[in-house]
Amino acid sequence: MNELQLKVLELLKEDARRDAELIATMLDHPVEEVKEAIAAMEQEHIIVKYATVVNWSKVDDEKVTALIEVQITPERGRGFEGIAERIYLYPEVKSVYLMSGAYDLLVEVEGKTLKEVASFVSNKLSPIDAVLSTKTFFILKKYKQDGIIFEENEGDHRLMVSP
Amino acid sequence: MIKGKSQGTSIPVQRQSMADYLSPLVRDIKPSGIRRFFDLVSTRKDIITLGVGEPDFVTPWHVREAAVYALESGKTQYTSNAGMPALREAIGQYLDDSFSVEYDPASEILVTVGGSEAIDLALRALITPGDEILIPEPCYISYSPITALSGGVPVGIETFAADNFKLRAEQLQAVITPRSKVLILCYPSNPTGGIMTYEDWLPIAKLVEENDLIVISDEIYAELTYGEKHVSFASMPGMKDRTILVSGFSKAFAMTGWRMGYACGHKEIIAAMLKIHQYTVMCAPIMAQYAALEALQHGLEEKDRMVESYNQRRRLVVKGFREIGLDCHEPQGAFYAFPSIASTGMSSETFAQRLLEEAGVAAVPGDVFGLGGEGHLRCSYATSVTQLTEALDRIGNFVHQLKQG
Repeated sequence: MNELQLKVLELLKEDARRDAELIATMLDHPVEEVKEAIAAMEQEHIIVKYATVVNWSKVDDEKVTALIEVQITPERGRGFEGIAERIYLYPEVKSVYLMSGAYDLLVEVEGKTLKEVASFVSNKLSPIDAVLSTKTFFILKKYKQDGIIFEENEGDHRLMVSP
Repeated sequence: MIKGKSQGTSIPVQRQSMADYLSPLVRDIKPSGIRRFFDLVSTRKDIITLGVGEPDFVTPWHVREAAVYALESGKTQYTSNAGMPALREAIGQYLDDSFSVEYDPASEILVTVGGSEAIDLALRALITPGDEILIPEPCYISYSPITALSGGVPVGIETFAADNFKLRAEQLQAVITPRSKVLILCYPSNPTGGIMTYEDWLPIAKLVEENDLIVISDEIYAELTYGEKHVSFASMPGMKDRTILVSGFSKAFAMTGWRMGYACGHKEIIAAMLKIHQYTVMCAPIMAQYAALEALQHGLEEKDRMVESYNQRRRLVVKGFREIGLDCHEPQGAFYAFPSIASTGMSSETFAQRLLEEAGVAAVPGDVFGLGGEGHLRCSYATSVTQLTEALDRIGNFVHQLKQG
């Protein structure tokens, strides 16, 4: 990863719709180099996807999200990898992290209703042999995600014209 | 009230209206052109503004939090007139580290209510009525009116886009008379974005010395330079005692509303300014002083990030204007581009007004900044990339239609 790639990443992280032309201007680099940097990062899966951050609470079609602490018996030779994969392959699982501390995996699960998420835990997650225990925490409100504040109070309060 | 009864003594002049009570010094100040434009902009909705002379960042949270903590711990009193000793020491250290100028926190640094107060204090401390105050223009709008308030005579010095709005020795020499006393410098410049390098300063410093001038150097944009690092006029050989360095936290640390500035200079001049300061404002607000201290102690990295972000937007805007076909010299400091709109054949005021009405973009007409400003437009790029891109599109379409029609 070179310096240009890092700068490009920072600009894309702020707004994924910025094109190579704009980024090249902002960084004062030839547009070809910026295009190459982006292509290389896509190739290496440094840039995994250009997704949209959605505030689902503003959408009628509401969702329920839970964070689940999962304790696991690791497998000989594979550690947590195999179990983690078995869990993250479910489409309702949005993220999986291996954690230090009192439990092993933190699993984010999304569903349409509380019941749906509860059913995922009891019918799919808990029955996995290696899973020792689960603790489910439902998310009541998202204030900030990936550095983005959902209800922005810090809008532009400046005077329209000032000296 | 107007025809107040005299109790024995006679009123020398019969006053006809309230205006007659006003000091002629105040009455004769022209209303600022920027104010007139502001009123016009305020009537409009859905516009994109490039007219804002302040950062688009909110003060970093750790700085705000320091002020909150100061309030929670009951820091609600006066401070020493010159500002908290800890803050003056931090300012001294910062100026030494960043711009290689050394000041004694005990006698050569004064914390003021914004850089604006520092400029006012300096002019009041120095001016004897009739003194000529030399001001390179286009420049920040307050120097001339404040000069006039103290009975000084502002003398503008026109600078030019072709020269990146630098001040040249010949131009300065041409306006010096036996009455010249003070030279006010503001580089990096609002509104032009022009800067002065070490080599640019040398001949100016020589003239200052030869003509026994005092310099008020407004370096509020010192941190916002792109490429060349800012050279403080006070750091030039022999200039420290002749210079009152004025700066503050507004632009570098995104703290405009806190009104935190400072002045540094020879202890006799600072003592004179302190005398006015203690009788007029006592001291700068204590909670704002704590915030400023936090900014100096832990805010330098955040500042660097903000400067990098301005630089990215600066490139975008300069390229945008050039593609539209408007001449735009490369602004190397502050957060303004100052493109020429002369090719449209319109005055700055007409252009700005029509741009506002027909394209929904607000930018300040250059003529409000004095000599050399006519034919230009001040565009602040301290606004989001999305807004800048949209504004450039709109300006492009507007100029394109003008040239066709």
